[in-house]
Amino acid sequence: MYDYRVGKQDWMGAGLPTEGTNTERPRLVDVVHRDVPTCSLGERLGDVRDRVVATGWDACVVVGRERVVLGLLRAAELQANPELPVERAMRPGPSTYRPFVSVAEMRRIMTERNLTSSPVTTSDGKLIGLVRQQDVGID
Amino acid sequence: MAREIDRDGVRRLMEEGAQIVEVLPAREYSEDHLPGAINLPLRKIEADASRVLDPSRPVIVYCWDTA
Repeated sequence: MYDYRVGKQDWMGAGLPTEGTNTERPRLVDVVHRDVPTCSLGERLGDVRDRVVATGWDACVVVGRERVVLGLLRAAELQANPELPVERAMRPGPSTYRPFVSVAEMRRIMTERNLTSSPVTTSDGKLIGLVRQQDVGID
Repeated sequence: MAREIDRDGVRRLMEEGAQIVEVLPAREYSEDHLPGAINLPLRKIEADASRVLDPSRPVIVYCWDTA
């Protein structure tokens, strides 16, 4: 007998598939972009901005060990002094969302808080990817 | 005494044919459950486990979280 003590929230928080009636409703795991720009605290902001622009994104997630999310660089932050280290330019500790959150709920949240993009993470804070407004049906 | 297992361990045992048991109430089970899991709510588990589970295969039980 084994006890999966951290339970269903851990499984769903990792974006792993489930069965049941909720799977019929789209969730962030269905729309999240996994291949997104990332950077580390000590990088030069100007170098990160150049890399982000080349990918076509307007945001970059600051990650530490094991891709734990530490901060976010959105368009405004990316325009700061390019000589700054990322750590001084970023928005620390951004709100993050789990992959099992419904698209409808995320649409409401992003509209209320005027979020252009938001990190999706596991329950232990590791980056899965980003969702943008257009991914949740906001024009 | 049950041995604690993590997510990777669950995936490994699933591939080996383990029985997955969700002990939450039926409504929560019906909304979302691990692939292949059966529902044995906690209040029924003692009465039904021996009838439903195969004693020759590993059993993994889970809830929502550690609470």
